[in-house]
Amino acid sequence: MLRTIFKHPSGRIGLTIIGIFVLAALLGKLGITPHDPLMQDRLARLQGPSAQHLFGTDLFGRDVFSRLMMGIGQSFVVAFFSVAAASLFGTVLGLTAAWFGGFWDGTVMRLMDVLLAFPAILLALLIIAIFGPSGWTSVLAIAIVYTPIFTRVVRGPALSLKTRDFVDAARTFGSGRGYIMTRHLMLNLVAPLSVQITLALAWALLTEAGLSFLGLGTQPPYASLGLMLADARNLMEMAPWLLFFPAATVMFAVLGFNLLGDAMRDILDPKTRRALG
Amino acid sequence: MTGHLLSVRDLRVGFGKVPEDNEVVHGVDFDLTAGETLAIVGESGSGKSVTAMSVNRLIGYSGGRILGGSMMFTRSDGTQVDLAALDEPALEKIRGRDIGMIFQEPMTSLNPVLTIGTQIEESFRLHHGMSGAGARVAAREALERVRIPDAERRLANAPHQLSGGMLQRVMIAIALAAQPRLLIADEPTTALDVTIQAQIMGLLAEMKRETDTGLIFITHDIGLVAGLADRIMVMQHGKVVEQGAIDAVLDDPQHDYTKHLLNAVPHFSDGKSVRRDHSRDGKSGRALDVKGLTVRFPVRAGLLRRARSNVHAVEDVSFDLMQGETLAVVGESGSGKSTTARAILGLVNATRGEITADKTGLGSADKPVQMVFQNPNASLNPRLTIAQILAEPLKAVGRHIDEAARARMVELLERVELPADSLPRYPHEFSGGQRQRLCIARSLMLNPSVLVLDEAVSALDVSVQARVLDLLADLQREFGLAYLFVSHDMAVVERIAHRIAVLYAGQIVEMGSAASVLADPRHSYTKRLISAVPSIERRHMEFAIDTRSVPSLMRPAGFEPDTAPWVEHGPDHLARAEG
Amino acid sequence: MGYAIRRLLVFPVVMFGVSVFVFVAVRLVPGDAIIAMLGTESGLLTPDQRAALAAYFGLDQNWFVQFWRWFSHVLQGDFGTSTTYGKPVLEIILNSFPLTLELALLSMLIALAIGLPAGVFAATRKDKPADLILRIVAMIGQSTPGFVVGLLAIFVLSVGFGVLPEMGSFVPITEDPLRNLGQLILPALTLGTAFAAAVIRISRAAMLDILSEDYVRTARSKGLSDRKVIWRHALPNALIPVVTLSGVEFGYLLGGAVLIEQIFALPGLGRVVLDAIQQRDYALVQGSVLFVAFNFMVVNLLVDLAYSALDPRIRLDKG
Repeated sequence: MLRTIFKHPSGRIGLTIIGIFVLAALLGKLGITPHDPLMQDRLARLQGPSAQHLFGTDLFGRDVFSRLMMGIGQSFVVAFFSVAAASLFGTVLGLTAAWFGGFWDGTVMRLMDVLLAFPAILLALLIIAIFGPSGWTSVLAIAIVYTPIFTRVVRGPALSLKTRDFVDAARTFGSGRGYIMTRHLMLNLVAPLSVQITLALAWALLTEAGLSFLGLGTQPPYASLGLMLADARNLMEMAPWLLFFPAATVMFAVLGFNLLGDAMRDILDPKTRRALG
Repeated sequence: MTGHLLSVRDLRVGFGKVPEDNEVVHGVDFDLTAGETLAIVGESGSGKSVTAMSVNRLIGYSGGRILGGSMMFTRSDGTQVDLAALDEPALEKIRGRDIGMIFQEPMTSLNPVLTIGTQIEESFRLHHGMSGAGARVAAREALERVRIPDAERRLANAPHQLSGGMLQRVMIAIALAAQPRLLIADEPTTALDVTIQAQIMGLLAEMKRETDTGLIFITHDIGLVAGLADRIMVMQHGKVVEQGAIDAVLDDPQHDYTKHLLNAVPHFSDGKSVRRDHSRDGKSGRALDVKGLTVRFPVRAGLLRRARSNVHAVEDVSFDLMQGETLAVVGESGSGKSTTARAILGLVNATRGEITADKTGLGSADKPVQMVFQNPNASLNPRLTIAQILAEPLKAVGRHIDEAARARMVELLERVELPADSLPRYPHEFSGGQRQRLCIARSLMLNPSVLVLDEAVSALDVSVQARVLDLLADLQREFGLAYLFVSHDMAVVERIAHRIAVLYAGQIVEMGSAASVLADPRHSYTKRLISAVPSIERRHMEFAIDTRSVPSLMRPAGFEPDTAPWVEHGPDHLARAEG
Repeated sequence: MGYAIRRLLVFPVVMFGVSVFVFVAVRLVPGDAIIAMLGTESGLLTPDQRAALAAYFGLDQNWFVQFWRWFSHVLQGDFGTSTTYGKPVLEIILNSFPLTLELALLSMLIALAIGLPAGVFAATRKDKPADLILRIVAMIGQSTPGFVVGLLAIFVLSVGFGVLPEMGSFVPITEDPLRNLGQLILPALTLGTAFAAAVIRISRAAMLDILSEDYVRTARSKGLSDRKVIWRHALPNALIPVVTLSGVEFGYLLGGAVLIEQIFALPGLGRVVLDAIQQRDYALVQGSVLFVAFNFMVVNLLVDLAYSALDPRIRLDKG
């Protein structure tokens, strides 16, 4: 699979970007950074990029590069956990809704309609209002926002798989519900799900940055990409690097996942494959 | 060169980024005069459709490229143009006006968001400069010419509101709107029922009689064109293997492949070639007994989704099936034949009826009835290996996959003539015919006594069809299997069936031994069905334009229909009495 | 038109569900509602005063009673009173929402006006340089958060040209449409970037799919020119996914407006919600979230109806 993605031009670029970012995120989370991202140095405030501070320093003299690594770590953790939770709940709900149909399907889908009736960020804000701003609240908020989307992504194909001949064939043998759900439905849902997961990670990064930018995500003194952008707002004329580097970081991280998701869709979607071959 | 409407020389067509490396049509030559019908016959991959689509150069839009050759075409003003060398603006003036085309899939060939009327009018506006009311009247007249009832109202319909047969007639109306000099028909009846097919063939025959339009008719069914074509061109692997006047090719084929198409492939012959390897002599036991099977689907309407009426899909169907015997259930779409099959397997719930299967016939049959589906691509899970696929029926009845089970898999694979090393591979690595063999092997894993074959060879190429039918007959003799063979294809049915049940509007209207039913049909529907079947023997047959359609099966809730009594027409031949 | 009627019938059901959700969400807030309302002053209350206040706000009743009381008031247009502004919630919403709506609609218009022609153009030039450039632009556009675009835009304007977008006092469209447009055009462009990118991608993909459909081949076989095939036969079909996308994206626009209003200091509903959350002004949060959800749902309903008007299969089959 990885090899096929690597042959796809945008897959190769996406995978490379994500690889670099995951490495940065891991190092950032483990605290292996050039400087201590939290250490203030009053004498080195607002310095431009230099050999000492690759991406310059901020208002408190903290090393921007190290803070970016920490921020990437934080953003990736939030994105990873929220998407993991959303895809898990969404899959279970979508799969059971499609399989059992009737009342359960109606209940689940109306519930999802209710969640989808809120503009995404507003729903996230409502949840943050309840639980107070923090990194973990962001995880919960993004997970709840994305659960209905995964539910729909799973339910649609599951419904059509359910009517496929190989499921009918399985019924004529008397195959059990569990076997049909795992082997015939889930196995065939891996492709659309993995595409959706990749795109959801991109969206989760965007949302996390947005929430932190509003001061409702990760709280200071810890670094996150959105928070750094918010800090840069009033200093951008004096210290443009404070704006430029975090902005580029967010962009590239999201771009990486979008490119990978696109490549996976190209490779996994039989429709485009047919058009290519 | 003169006198020909179209003269194709050394046509070569390729596909892909480097079309020279992927040539699929290798130097085709043919001529067509005005008013003449040329049939291009071949199986999938023969290049017959590519050749046809090269003539009006639509092939360019499917990724193909003309690599060489010429296609001299005589326009209505007498000038000659080389279609192979024309640029796109010039081609746009020829398409539709001089060359019309109809396609295989009428359901997808009309724009779903535009009305029928708009799409027909478009041709009149474009080629006759008509507008407004004039175009509308012309469109209505065009619909009437192709015998669409209630044409005025139909103009305002969207395509999905019409049946496949009607849509194909609309396509013909569009293609003929500009009175083209040449009409290309690419498998125009393959997606349609046999009686609807006869209607379309009738329309084309009428066009042929009344105009001097040249027709190129592409088909995989050499029997179909016997009644229509003047000349036949047989293609295989992108080359013309034989062409000539229809009688010459059919009576005295020169090339081996033509002979194969004429002899090895099922052709209908009014019951002369039925199997005679089984008789109801009371020696073999009963494998399946179906009594009074009735399936009704509620139709929910209104805001509360209450069932106000029922679709009577299957109505009081009874038959029995002996060991080693094949009963063919024939009928057209909507006849209830597939529903009958699915009800026997429990895939749809029967409203009423008794289904008794023999559990003692063959070993210890856990599931005495098994099924093979129409489309082998859809009935194999693409993400499982062949070993996993074959293991599924065993696992379902709670058996472990041990050495004995593996041995059985290998044995069955060999029996259906697939390589024994297939087990770790995935379905997409096999061809359509091989996949259907896999499905057959899977259905035999549990030692069933009855196989329900639902259109099991319909999705296969004709020569593959013949081989799978032979395999089925061999397996039947070897294991004493009973087959319930559901099919719409009378030629195939004649090859495999011992007995036949004709299903119409959910009821069996005629049942009996294959020879008797096919040679001497008694019910009016059976007669109509059989007379619509094209065949080599029925050369120059007259296709009647009969636009009757299947009656609606919707009945108010609680309605119980009467069934007409059986009338006996000889030993083992019953038909329903008709008022 | 069974489909449209069914959609209309589901609407109040989901709306009711949304109300329940918002109500329960706000009740889940940890801590005492009266403390939340009065802040430190609540420490001065005597137990009797506290009980009186609880009775006054209906907090002494169980949730069902509270919900019905709140819900029946909402149905009459009474969303309660904001504790920070001391004004009716509805009044605050009605003052700030027009700006947010205008911003969202303007971005949508810009995005469709740019995205649709660009997507169709890219599809007709598949794999040629113009297509590749548009795809890269769309990819980057989709990967850049609106607020980052906004910050960069402000940076470029202020550092590069020494001008700042006119913020300060906002002028409603009813007073001075030109000045209003001048104030909103940059925020709308910013907000619409991602949507425009998405429209390019979707319309390009839909167009490519449709150009390989059988009915497009039929249209060509009739002798229609490329232009007519694309505009008359392909585009109406390609619009269907774009319309669907527009419904979903409208929600993102309404949500994204929170960030954009923050950056450009626009007094819209997004700012109000944000302030209300920071001030723990629950009546205002509850009211404005419900109000926005209602508007989003109305837009989605309209999209559904537009969708069924475009596609006769849906109009008749799903009904």
